[in-house]
Amino acid sequence: MIRDITIGQYYAKESPIHRLDPRTKFIATFVYMISMFCFQRFLGFIPCTLFLVLVIVISKIPFSHIIKGLKPIAMILIFTMCIQVFFSTGTPIVKWGIFTITAEGIKRAIFMGMRLCLLVFGASMMTFTTTPNQLTDGIETLFRPLNKLHIPVHEIAMMMSIALRFIPILIEEMNKIMKAQMARGADFETGNFIKRAKSLVPILVPLFVSAFRRANELAMAMEARCYHGGDGRTKMKPLKYKKRDGIAFAVLFFYLVILIGTVKWVPMIGMI
Amino acid sequence: MIEAKDVVYEYFRRDEEGNVTEINRALDGVTLDIKKGEFIAILGANGSGKSTFAKHLNALLTPSEGTLIIDGKNTNDLEALWKIRQTTGMVFQNPDNQIIANVVEEDVGFGPENIGVPTEEIWERVNASLDAVGMSKFRKHSPNALSGGQKQRVAIAGVMAMKTKCIVLDESTAMLDPSGRKEVMETVMRLNKEEGITVILITHHMDEVVNADRVYVMYQGQVQMEGTPRALFSQVEQLKEYRLDVPQVTKLAYELRKEGMDLPESILTVDELVQALLDYKACR
Repeated sequence: MIRDITIGQYYAKESPIHRLDPRTKFIATFVYMISMFCFQRFLGFIPCTLFLVLVIVISKIPFSHIIKGLKPIAMILIFTMCIQVFFSTGTPIVKWGIFTITAEGIKRAIFMGMRLCLLVFGASMMTFTTTPNQLTDGIETLFRPLNKLHIPVHEIAMMMSIALRFIPILIEEMNKIMKAQMARGADFETGNFIKRAKSLVPILVPLFVSAFRRANELAMAMEARCYHGGDGRTKMKPLKYKKRDGIAFAVLFFYLVILIGTVKWVPMIGMI
Repeated sequence: MIEAKDVVYEYFRRDEEGNVTEINRALDGVTLDIKKGEFIAILGANGSGKSTFAKHLNALLTPSEGTLIIDGKNTNDLEALWKIRQTTGMVFQNPDNQIIANVVEEDVGFGPENIGVPTEEIWERVNASLDAVGMSKFRKHSPNALSGGQKQRVAIAGVMAMKTKCIVLDESTAMLDPSGRKEVMETVMRLNKEEGITVILITHHMDEVVNADRVYVMYQGQVQMEGTPRALFSQVEQLKEYRLDVPQVTKLAYELRKEGMDLPESILTVDELVQALLDYKACR
């Protein structure tokens, strides 16, 4: 179940996108996502999709793997689209009880669906090509100015990277606890939703207890290795912008120009 | 290197209002003296205070009474805290709960990063310490993909990278299988011989202390016995009193001697017992 989720997991490959500075990727993803909200016409999707396809091709990540990322958000996707179809005002096509389906509704549903898919793909391209460590490093350096507002940026980044390290360990532990409970006759498979949710309690309690114990031990191990927060700490792998990051920013700028150009200056053809 | 004088440590148990309901003396006047480059084992049954003492060596805990001097620095001195932690490194019991990073080499670099070593030197130290524990091949791996013994070797490398003079292994082999235990013990012994690092091994596994220079036996928060492994293991009865077991071979020799066979008192390894039995046979 948990293993099926591909969104947010690193996909190891040697590619120029993988080698980019995490900060570059973070900023680019952010800009890309904002650009998605800059247009109300279908035409805008053409540069958007082209840009994304270009990135995917360069990153050498198979398309099938990226499509899998939609799985966990399929429900949200369908829900959003349904709401758009049924609750938009405009020229009605079909009337059925309290529901009216309008042409505008369908158009908006498709528009929102595409936008959501591209958003997910865009965000997952960042996580597919960046190791969690690089990502936290990037976030830490990018948000360092927030230190002035007394936001503990280093500590938050450290927490994120530790959380990422312990996810597989806790999943393994959960499986162990589940097996132990199953060996004593616990039933997780049958029954309705509420019954199954209830049967999770005896798994979660020991899992939490052990997570706290682990946290305690880890804190001690970190202290034993002289960890005392971000002050006076050096980096083993400091982040440095390289030439390729400059190129990436140039490409991103180029994409923005084209996007705004097409949306602003190409005349409307029908609904597109 | 390490001088403990009448070290006392008390755990307080408090009720909801914060009043002390119970005082538990985990350490009750520990006095010992460890020299540079020694391989020391501290033996003790569960609850003997050996782990509490181990945490004192790194100033994770500080004595309630008495003094503990590590490489000339008092652990009660807050100023010296980080220096002390760079002098003695700790390797804990659970290999999973002491590896911080998602990549082996980054974990080894964690300690040097904390003490502010410049980037190039971190890389030199990481390379050297991964070589020293024989884990260079795995430097790009995720710790989750390693075996228990390998994880502990990474943890040892992490300590080495801080250029510590002393490594404290707090039951570091307790959760490992026999091959992992052997792996870790061989690494530690090599570091002790080749790099001259002081090793303090805390364990209840008798087989591991055979190679130690000196052994301390702890019971109820006190050091009860001290001596070479050979001298200690000849006192089977007394060790039993402290809820400890001697290595199987020693025990076998002890039982045989009790049955009237004339064997030497200090047998620690299988080979020694075989030799002794052959000699015994030749004599008759």
